[in-house]
Amino acid sequence: MRHVISLLMENEAGALSRVSGLFSSRGYNIESLTVAPTEDASLSRMTIVTRGSDEVIEQITKQLNKLVDIVKVQDLTDGCHIERELMLVKVKAVGEFREEMKRMADIFRGRIIDVADKTYTIELTGPGVKLDAFIAALEPSAILEAVRTGASGIGRGDRIMKI
Amino acid sequence: MADTELTGAEIVVRCLAAEGVEHVFGYPGGAVLDIYDAIYKQDKFKHILVRHEQAAVHAADAYSRSTGKVGVALVTSGPGATNAVTGIATAYMDSIPLVVITGQVPTAAIGMDAFQEVDTVGITRPCVKHNFLVKDVKDLADTLKKAFYIASTGRPGPVVIDIPKDVTQHRCAFHYPESIAMRSYNPTSKGHAGQIKRAAQMLLEAKRPVIYSGGGVILANAAEQLTELARQLGFPVTSTLMGLGGYPAPDPLFLGMLGMHGTIEANMAMQHCDVLLAVGARFDDRVIGNPKHFQKEARKIIHIDVDPSSISKRVKVDVPIVGDVGNVLAEFAKLTQAADHGPDPEALKAWRAQIELWRAQDCMKYDHNAAVIKPQFVIEKLYEITGGDAFVTSDVGQHQMWAAQYYKFAKPRRWINSGGLGTMGFGLPAAMGVQMAHPGAPVACITGEGSIQMNIQELATCKQSDLPIKIVLLNNGYLGMVRQWQEFFYEERYSESYVASLPDFVKLAEAYGHVGMRIDKPEDVEPALRRAFGEYKDRLVFMNFLTDPRENVYPMIPAGKGLSEMILI
Ligand SMILES: Cc1cc2nc3c(=O)[nH]c(=O)nc-3n(C[C@H](O)[C@H](O)[C@H](O)COP(=O)(O)OP(=O)(O)OC[C@H]3O[C@@H](n4cnc5c(N)ncnc54)[C@H](O)[C@@H]3O)c2cc1C
Ligand SMILES: Cc1ncc(C[n+]2csc(CCOP(=O)(O)OP(=O)(O)O)c2C)c(N)n1
Ligand SMILES: [Mg+2]
Repeated sequence: MRHVISLLMENEAGALSRVSGLFSSRGYNIESLTVAPTEDASLSRMTIVTRGSDEVIEQITKQLNKLVDIVKVQDLTDGCHIERELMLVKVKAVGEFREEMKRMADIFRGRIIDVADKTYTIELTGPGVKLDAFIAALEPSAILEAVRTGASGIGRGDRIMKI
Repeated sequence: MADTELTGAEIVVRCLAAEGVEHVFGYPGGAVLDIYDAIYKQDKFKHILVRHEQAAVHAADAYSRSTGKVGVALVTSGPGATNAVTGIATAYMDSIPLVVITGQVPTAAIGMDAFQEVDTVGITRPCVKHNFLVKDVKDLADTLKKAFYIASTGRPGPVVIDIPKDVTQHRCAFHYPESIAMRSYNPTSKGHAGQIKRAAQMLLEAKRPVIYSGGGVILANAAEQLTELARQLGFPVTSTLMGLGGYPAPDPLFLGMLGMHGTIEANMAMQHCDVLLAVGARFDDRVIGNPKHFQKEARKIIHIDVDPSSISKRVKVDVPIVGDVGNVLAEFAKLTQAADHGPDPEALKAWRAQIELWRAQDCMKYDHNAAVIKPQFVIEKLYEITGGDAFVTSDVGQHQMWAAQYYKFAKPRRWINSGGLGTMGFGLPAAMGVQMAHPGAPVACITGEGSIQMNIQELATCKQSDLPIKIVLLNNGYLGMVRQWQEFFYEERYSESYVASLPDFVKLAEAYGHVGMRIDKPEDVEPALRRAFGEYKDRLVFMNFLTDPRENVYPMIPAGKGLSEMILI
């Protein structure tokens, strides 16, 4: 099962490597990992997307909780939550593509944030599946480069993770 | 504490004194020269100079295992730190509280491939409970406080503090905090009341109960609570390698060690019980063997552990209780004493009768009339002569298993060995740490000719620090444990397990200034041990017992097999 785990950790040097080291040394898989400080500069907020059986996920949350720098761990997939990911795609914008790419960006509610003679760069946010769908909808030869941030997640409504 | 300007090095020394540290095991080098200079000028603690950094950490580790205090080691940057890694990993696997201070190149040189630079924080990260790189002298005192706090609370473990040389030279006001609060670290010590009640009820209704006791009982100083509860309920007790001494081995309720080299009665009782109380034990693969085979029998499992990640890791548990063993057992005792009925006496009687049938198979028998020295016989004699009261350290191999099986530990913190990492070379430095903590107490190091050579240089430390350790070398001429696996599972292809060119251990001991003995006849075993612990009480004695090279450790559960699939003698 796919799980989205959210955590708050002390914003210390090396904190990220403790988390990534834990995943690699115990053989857990990471689909994506995003991290940045938040409104409280002393804390970093991390979202990890991983896959595993219930037992593995239970161990992952326990092992994360055990890291001394980690303040809070929440499995967002345990309840209602929202996920968003940002993608930047550079596409060919010559000939027929120039119009086609603009139309595709509009349909997916993306924005063209850089325009050059031969290329567009499209910004798209949404759940991962939406980004997947966009990529799938484009003519593969038109995609010059793509970069994705990995998912950031947050609980819905009153589900708040704060200290 | 008054605020005065001190150097980082002086601060380190003052912090250690404030923590009540009495012994530091270490080895100097460029990056820690300022700390060594500060040590020279103080008289609060003693520094023990070892001959290899691995030994410093093992000694500090065993110091902790035998006292319950946090062990402290100090090494220099680069090779000093890498030499210490095996010691740190050994302590980590057995959850031993240590503070290891490593020197580092000056902050400005970090990352420049400076002389004797290694990324100590990076290298040790997977084998420490936590580690720190201190970049500002102002953080030093708080970091030391945190290190001792983290090492000794919750599930204990080693903490590394990496200190760049310039930080030891900078000055700042010194204030050692009384206590430290960390929002990210708050281990649970009290168990959940509801779970404890459920568990107590389950214990009272048990018909075939077993208490499975582990290293957590020793670490929690909860041997007394465990013993009381077991006796009050009349439940049989088995122990892991790490838990030995948590329940008095000579007691009739004790089933001996369980697991790969455990007794028939312990393994069969574990497999066939209806209620299993796991106390500070982590269902290791050397203990329950194949978890699928283990789970073939239905039983209810209650598991007490401070570390939630130890629970339901390898085996699904019915009543998990996260908390300190001592606290939880005390709560159990209250509830079971107040209950209007105890466990069904008829059922317990029948269960104990079954256990006696298993015990009657006498799985620990060996040939007492052999013309060669049997290793088991040496341990039995050692047990007799020391009245079962010695501190016994061990290396890793067959000798370790025989020590665990035949020395009947009656008290906690007397049996000191590397279980989780299985580090050959642990025994002698461990004995140094123990002897340092308990001057005058009998300390025996049971070892093999393979293992002892992994830290043999420490004989010099023993001389310098006057440590009258008794080395009991069970010399079978083989990496015996390897040889045993090759005999059983590799059709007797003894690939590289014969240890040729052994030194003359008597001369070697003498060269280091100690007493050496060579014993090759069964009838000489007892007199040699008596002389060692009598006439040579105050000397280090190196006893080279030439033992049966073909002896194997029985019973044995082959790797991947189940508890009831033992190979018997
Ligand atoms: C050659 C060799 C052969 C071996 N054969 C065997 C064998 O036959 N049988 C055997 O048993 N072992 C054997 N071992 C050892 C084995 O590898 C493990 O080290 C050992 O079984 C683990 O013991 P344990 O479960 O008691 O856990 P430990 O490693 O001692 O862990 C202690 C547990 O207690 C918890 N704990 C710590 N403090 C507290 C507290 N205050 N309150 C509550 N919980 C606490 C910890 O979180 C941890 O889960 C062998 C090792 C070697 C090298
Ligand atoms: C540092 C290290 N290297 C290798 C091993 C693997 N190993 C386990 S037991 C053993 C043999 C130990 O030989 P010896 O010390 O003579 O003890 P014996 O088994 O003969 O009693 C070996 C090589 C280990 N545990 N530790
Ligand atoms: Mg040997």
